Amino acid sequence: MTPVAERGTGPAILAVEGVSLAFGGVTALQDVSFDVREREIRAIIGPNGAGKSSMLNVINGVYHAQRGSVTFKGRKRHNVDPAVAARQGIARTFQNIALFRGMTVLDNIMTGRNLKMKSNFLQQAVYWGAASREELEHRAKVETVIDFLEIQHIRKTPVGRLPYGLQKRVELARALAAEPELLLLDEPMAGMNLEEKQDMSRFILDVNDQLGTTIVLIEHDMSVVMDLSDRVVVLDYGRKIADGTPDEVRNNKDVIAAYLGVAH
Amino acid sequence: MTEPLDTFARLLLHQAKVRPDRPAFREKDLGIWRTWPWAEVAGEVRALACGLAAQGFARGDRLAVVGDNRPRLYWAMMAAQALGGVPVPLYQDAVAAEMAFVLQDADIGFAVAEDQEQVDKLLENIPHCPKLKRIYFDDPRGLRHYAQGELMSLDALQALGRECAERDPRFFAAEIEKGRPSDIAVILYTSGTTGNPKGVAQTHAALIETARVLVAFDGFTEEDEVLCYLPMAWVGDFLYSYAQSLIAGFCLNCPESPGTVMTDLREIGPTYYFGPPRVYENIFTQVMIRIEDASWPKRRMFHAFMKLAKRVGMSILDGRVGVPFTDRMLYKLGGFLVYEPLKNVLGLSRIRVAYTGGEAIGPDLFDFYRSIGVNLKQLYGMTETCVTVSMHASGEVRLETVGRPMPGVEVRIADSGEVLVRSPGVMREYHKRPDATREAIDAEGFFHTGDAGYFDADGHLKIIDRAKDVGKLADGTLFAPKYLENKLKFFPYIKEAVCFGHGRDKVCAFVNFDMEAVANWAEKRNLPYTGYTDLAAQPAVYELVRECVEKVNRDLAADAALGNSQIHRFIILQKELDADDGELTRTRKVRRRHVAEKYAALVEALYSGKTHCFVETQMRFEDGRTGIVSADLRIAEARVHGAAAVRRAA
Repeated sequence: MTPVAERGTGPAILAVEGVSLAFGGVTALQDVSFDVREREIRAIIGPNGAGKSSMLNVINGVYHAQRGSVTFKGRKRHNVDPAVAARQGIARTFQNIALFRGMTVLDNIMTGRNLKMKSNFLQQAVYWGAASREELEHRAKVETVIDFLEIQHIRKTPVGRLPYGLQKRVELARALAAEPELLLLDEPMAGMNLEEKQDMSRFILDVNDQLGTTIVLIEHDMSVVMDLSDRVVVLDYGRKIADGTPDEVRNNKDVIAAYLGVAH
Repeated sequence: MTEPLDTFARLLLHQAKVRPDRPAFREKDLGIWRTWPWAEVAGEVRALACGLAAQGFARGDRLAVVGDNRPRLYWAMMAAQALGGVPVPLYQDAVAAEMAFVLQDADIGFAVAEDQEQVDKLLENIPHCPKLKRIYFDDPRGLRHYAQGELMSLDALQALGRECAERDPRFFAAEIEKGRPSDIAVILYTSGTTGNPKGVAQTHAALIETARVLVAFDGFTEEDEVLCYLPMAWVGDFLYSYAQSLIAGFCLNCPESPGTVMTDLREIGPTYYFGPPRVYENIFTQVMIRIEDASWPKRRMFHAFMKLAKRVGMSILDGRVGVPFTDRMLYKLGGFLVYEPLKNVLGLSRIRVAYTGGEAIGPDLFDFYRSIGVNLKQLYGMTETCVTVSMHASGEVRLETVGRPMPGVEVRIADSGEVLVRSPGVMREYHKRPDATREAIDAEGFFHTGDAGYFDADGHLKIIDRAKDVGKLADGTLFAPKYLENKLKFFPYIKEAVCFGHGRDKVCAFVNFDMEAVANWAEKRNLPYTGYTDLAAQPAVYELVRECVEKVNRDLAADAALGNSQIHRFIILQKELDADDGELTRTRKVRRRHVAEKYAALVEALYSGKTHCFVETQMRFEDGRTGIVSADLRIAEARVHGAAAVRRAA
């Protein structure tokens, strides 16, 4: 099939400039800069401990960088609160699934709408008027996400009873329920079998294509990265060592050295 | 004005006229059931038909329909029939290469596909099927960037149709006028246990006449509700959902997705239900698993009341006299505490009649449903006879038979024991296969079913097995493999079995366990495993299966005719038998000969006295690639009883 080449050519939606992050004496990120264009799928790769997850954490405000800035939708900021980042349109999934295991899939996804709910605690407790109207609207939105990710059959199943691959999908659903402009995926395919990886790849492409969401993803499976992403940033020991299209990165000698090691 | 209601399109107009506001279709979308009344359906079909006609679909053309049960796919079939065309529903889980044969054989020029997955398969076939010119899709998801000229959405097609209908409002009715009951209404491809599938061409007259008999037989009305979950390409769905709904005017409910059928079933609460034994088996297995997981008071209560139900439930259902008053009262209490809640969970609480057919059903399975008050009946038939050869009448249900022949159906037993059928529902022909047609239908118009059977003293038809599968052991005693396999498959832990024994001195078997049930069992025993293949190699699982086999042997020992066909040795296969590997048909029947050939080394090992056998088998993954699964399989012995054991010692 021939997709119309339109994605990943827009202006930058996110720019990371000179970000450095250290925990005590350990340097996690050192002067890292890159940008993410609108509707792009941008991968961050690197060996273990390269600082990939730290980078995502800086972008959505979980970690606060000591130096440098993050510009999202033209607004430059040094540090930001995660809740503010979420309100601005950044959603994410986690490397280790972070769902409410005892709650149903539906309820978990509904929590993704939390920031958009306007009725207060009291109204919700009474569940009358504005609160119930609002819940209906949110439920309708959540149902489109459920349909999109094809998880109708587990709507009412507690998350803890689901296999790992489906839990990952539910986590993605929760992130999508927030209708983000920028989606951060931390190893969305870790620990999955081939079929689950294919499904997840298809969903990521669909999200990008049909919902127009910009995606930044961390992934270890190189074939997945090369197939999905428009551009790739490579980190090693907290530094950016390469940045470019999958083909450019694949042939970069620093990258090869970082992955395979060099003869000393 | 009394127009004859002799084609499906005329029936549709009739329903739209007499019950315009009654629900005709329902579908769950985005979590909410949406209803289309008959009048609206007629409008939708008209839009589709006019659209198709504008695109060049002409009388006699064939329209492939492929996808899960979706209202618009049913409407597309109605639209094709209204134009005098022939819908050809395809199995939605067939891979592209399997579709190629049907697309070519039926000269498909137009196709309606549910979604991207089906569209991809059709597009893949375009190079081999030059006649395939137009593909319409229901769900546009993922198809936005497809630039192929053949593609068009059903929305666009209907919009085009509405325009045309406005310009020429008489067109639709005029096309329906031209329809004749002797026209072919549908071509259904039989899954075929050997060779290529054959297209069974059925006329409007045959289908409508058969469906009318069925509707009258169990008194269906517009009040009935059916859940359409069986493949649209199967005659069962076409006749029992589509055709009957057009005659009785009841509502067809389409599930949200194949994975939600159980939930949808419960929400809809159908009054009438049709499924192959496998479906009933799956439901039953799930019940048993959940009961095993329940707290002990619940478990005790369930088992106690099931015991009572087994004793008196069927007599009460059949309205027989002689059930003691105390038992009746206890059964009522059981209804309140166990049977009704159970039926409610299964979505069976409103069931008036449930049918099963296609294969023999296990005795305990059959009794289970009937004893809790589900009026489950067996029927017998095949695509070539519009199913409906014989059926149990309510109150005359007996497990071992398939009931008396239906009104208008003549059944004759050939000297060879083969069942022959002559009825209005017998197909006109196999599409493009005059040779096969001549072979199947004799000069007198009797269709040769290929099944072996006989009439019992009450005039009930009894089917033993496929005529060609019934064999004899080396010592000449009867060997009916399916009978044994069904006995094994009744155990919740066993999913599939294949028995061997024709011409041999003893019976041996392959077994597939039920992954869901055994995984649950393993978890409870803290037995670590990685997947099916791993479980299949575990000694504990072998013990579990051996217990089942030995129970079957004990039962068989009590049977004079079958005592010798006890199972001596068995193997748990390292992979599940799968339609993708050609081991099952698309309706999930075992392709016995194919399995025997593919695993010839294993069969030899079973009979050679070896205790281990190394095998490599090719397996097709769901993405279409193939891989090799290898394993060193253990061969287990099972204890045999009575006559057979004595014979062996002698």
